[in-house]
Amino acid sequence: MELFVFIVAAGMILGGAVGVITRSHPVHAALSLILTLFGVAVLFVAQNANFLAAVQVIVYAGAIVVLFLFVIMLLGVDRAESLRIDPVKVQRPLAAIVGVGLLAFIGGAIIQGRDTIHKRGAGIDIASATTSHDSNIKQIANDLFSNHVFAFELTSVLLVIAAVGTVLLARRPGRSGAADSSVSAGSPSTTAGATDKAALR
Amino acid sequence: MLDIAWLIPALPLFGFLVILVLGRRLGEPKAGYFATAMCGAAFVVAVGVFLDLMSKPGDQRHKVIKLFAWLPINDLQVNLSFLIDPLSITMILFITGIGSLIHLYSIGYMHGDPKFSKFFLYLNLFVFSMLMLVMGENLLVTFLGWEGVGTCSYFLIAFWHTRDSAATAGKKAFVTNRVGDFGFMIAMFFAFKYVHSLSYSDINNAATSHQIAAVTATAIMLMLFVGACGKSAQLPLYLWLPDAMAGPTPVSALIHAATMVTSGVFLMTRISPLITVAAPWASTLVAIVGVVTALFAATIAIAQNDIKRVLAYSTVSQLGYMFLAIGSHAYVAAIFHMVTHAFFKALLFLGSGSVIHGMHDQQDMRFMGALRKLMPITAGTFIIGWLAIAGVPPFAGFWSKDEILLYAYDKSPILWALGLITALLTAFYMTRQVIMVFYGKARWNDDAKAHGAHGDVKPHESPVLMLAPLVVLAGLAIVGGGLNLPFNSTTEKLSSWLAPVVDVGERSLHHSSEDIKWVLAGIATLGALAGIAVAYLVYEKHRVKAVEPVVLENAWYYDKAVSDFMGGPGRESFDAVAWFDTHIIDGAVNGAGRLVQGVAGVVRKGQSGLVRTYAALIGVGVVLMLAWFFFRGVAQ
Amino acid sequence: MIAAVAHPTTTWYLLLAAALFTIGVVGVLVRRNPLVLFMCIELMLNAVNLTFVALAKALGDIGGQTTVFFVMVVAAAEVVVGLGIIVSILRKRPQATADDLAELKG
Repeated sequence: MELFVFIVAAGMILGGAVGVITRSHPVHAALSLILTLFGVAVLFVAQNANFLAAVQVIVYAGAIVVLFLFVIMLLGVDRAESLRIDPVKVQRPLAAIVGVGLLAFIGGAIIQGRDTIHKRGAGIDIASATTSHDSNIKQIANDLFSNHVFAFELTSVLLVIAAVGTVLLARRPGRSGAADSSVSAGSPSTTAGATDKAALR
Repeated sequence: MLDIAWLIPALPLFGFLVILVLGRRLGEPKAGYFATAMCGAAFVVAVGVFLDLMSKPGDQRHKVIKLFAWLPINDLQVNLSFLIDPLSITMILFITGIGSLIHLYSIGYMHGDPKFSKFFLYLNLFVFSMLMLVMGENLLVTFLGWEGVGTCSYFLIAFWHTRDSAATAGKKAFVTNRVGDFGFMIAMFFAFKYVHSLSYSDINNAATSHQIAAVTATAIMLMLFVGACGKSAQLPLYLWLPDAMAGPTPVSALIHAATMVTSGVFLMTRISPLITVAAPWASTLVAIVGVVTALFAATIAIAQNDIKRVLAYSTVSQLGYMFLAIGSHAYVAAIFHMVTHAFFKALLFLGSGSVIHGMHDQQDMRFMGALRKLMPITAGTFIIGWLAIAGVPPFAGFWSKDEILLYAYDKSPILWALGLITALLTAFYMTRQVIMVFYGKARWNDDAKAHGAHGDVKPHESPVLMLAPLVVLAGLAIVGGGLNLPFNSTTEKLSSWLAPVVDVGERSLHHSSEDIKWVLAGIATLGALAGIAVAYLVYEKHRVKAVEPVVLENAWYYDKAVSDFMGGPGRESFDAVAWFDTHIIDGAVNGAGRLVQGVAGVVRKGQSGLVRTYAALIGVGVVLMLAWFFFRGVAQ
Repeated sequence: MIAAVAHPTTTWYLLLAAALFTIGVVGVLVRRNPLVLFMCIELMLNAVNLTFVALAKALGDIGGQTTVFFVMVVAAAEVVVGLGIIVSILRKRPQATADDLAELKG
């Protein structure tokens, strides 16, 4: 069963990824990205990371990709780019070298070191009424709020900064055209607020 | 007393520092008296050291006083040390003695000069440097003094620096000296390389024990001789000395007669063991240069009209004699002549200064004459000096010059003959000078009439401060010969005194020369008298026409030749060297910069500004790093 | 009914993540549209997340999942800011690609 799940999810992931990099229309690429993100969410569940799977779908697929689509529509960059040739001639060969090299070496390292992975922590578990272990979300919460509480606070600060910063960045210079600017400035901040709330849940 | 011998140079140095700070406030004449006191005190200490040294037996008359380790570098250990031995104490005695007399004289001579204190500042510094030169235990301390006296010579020659001739003369002296210093430095480098020490004792021992090859000894000796030529005004580097007469007369007396110019002779005597083991042709070369210089300068002196210039060329000539002695391995004779020459030349210079002072700064002998009655003491002392330099017995000059001629004869009769001719000429031109200045008709108003001066010139005798040193020096010129009378070994006091220092190299006369030494002395005396007689006939009696060819007056056009060479081919070679420096050496340095710029310009093209290319290159870097880690892990 | 021929081990997950990462890198290098470029960066982040989660399970350490949590938060913030920048640039130059934004040219 697990094998089947893995293969399907892997297919989704890889298919979506390839779609992102090969589709010339940006909207198509965004949709392929969603496919990939869903695949990853499935694999999260398979790895007993239920909470993260939920967050993945809500935040990544639900907010971030939506943001992407908003911007694509807003700016009208929906024209397809020509992928036939690359203006910088050296780019494709370099990309090939980098791709092959990365895969080879990271893969090689993984395979080499697979025997060194041993259990060492307290273990993780899904929410289950039958066992006496804590549920996954409870475990994450315990870890987060005891070991990483400062980092947690800092990320909330980070989000505020990101929101404020983006408003400033995207603002149109000058008071004229305020109506337009509030509309375009409004959308990123609103979605940022949504992202904010989603993350804090 | 020997232990405080370091006081000897310290006192003039102290004088220098005090006058440096307080000179202007001390003013005239206190600054002068203070400087004289310092020099005199150094003389007193020197006498004490001398007596102390004399009380020791012969071979123990040797003391090294180390002040501190100056250059304690790995292979080269040079200390600031003083060497007190018969040679250095002899030099010290007459440097401080004659120095003190000249300090005293200068108080009178420089009266009224606005830069009075500065003069004594430089004089004291000079005495200090000269003492460092002769007291040095190694070449480097001597070099310190060497450079110091050169610098002071520049300061003092150009003392009246607003006068063009003085400023130029100062520069000429310094530059010509520098050429000689170059030889000195090369000698030091050789000494360091082959002997690994700059100390005289080490060098001399290395020579006598044949640790260094004859070639090395010859090289060191010749390089030091080049230095000596510069400092002691031998051909071809003598040309600064006549021009140096632009300085005040006490300077000419002290520096260019008695002390600085003798440093070359002193140096050569110090390294006499080296000269002994050097190739024979080298010492012959020294002798030849000496005697040719002597003759050359004597010929020029007979046609000079400036009272000081005659004496300047005379100094060059007498220094030539000293080098003739050195070349003939007669070190005692050289030092003997140096001492007697110091006495009578200083006397002559100071006397001429007195004449100039009394004639209100008139220096041309053609406008002097009949001064005997008006300046009796000056005339009397000057005449004593004249007799001494002419080589008339029993004055000092006769004994010392004769000894040199004897040893020259022993080496080669030709050298002796040239020396004899020079002696004749010396007697001639000095007599000419005496007659022109003190006898004959009074011509001192001719110049005044020619230049439309107001009133008559009234020459007068000089103040006591200036006359006293003259009298003392005259006395020394009379009895100075007693230092080394050649009758027998007891009277040859200087020989036995200097024996521990120069014994190694001192030539012992062949019997043939020993036998005829009185004959040679007689011939020399006859020559001197003949010179005097001819001069008398020409200038006093006017029986014979004066022969003063223009070529001699212009010093064989030597100066002109040098400046033509320097201006012409010399200049071109300098320009070539400068071109080389600018284009090739600087070009290499600048070229390196330009190369970097060029390469940078090429590499710049890699900065395309394209983010994707940068990212690709980052990616390549990451892959390479991963590869390294991967293969490192695999290897383990 | 499909008998598991082999059980997906941690290594498989890691390899999958590596593949996803590589695809993301190649995408960043090849694509010229700024927004698609950004999406490829998101792919890379996801690959990292997957790695963390797989190892959290394998090592039995909940810290891996906490890390993923943080990564997601920061990725969100990053996207916000990045898109804001893209918006402000592309407003002026609507058809600009990554190659046109070459102010860093030396």
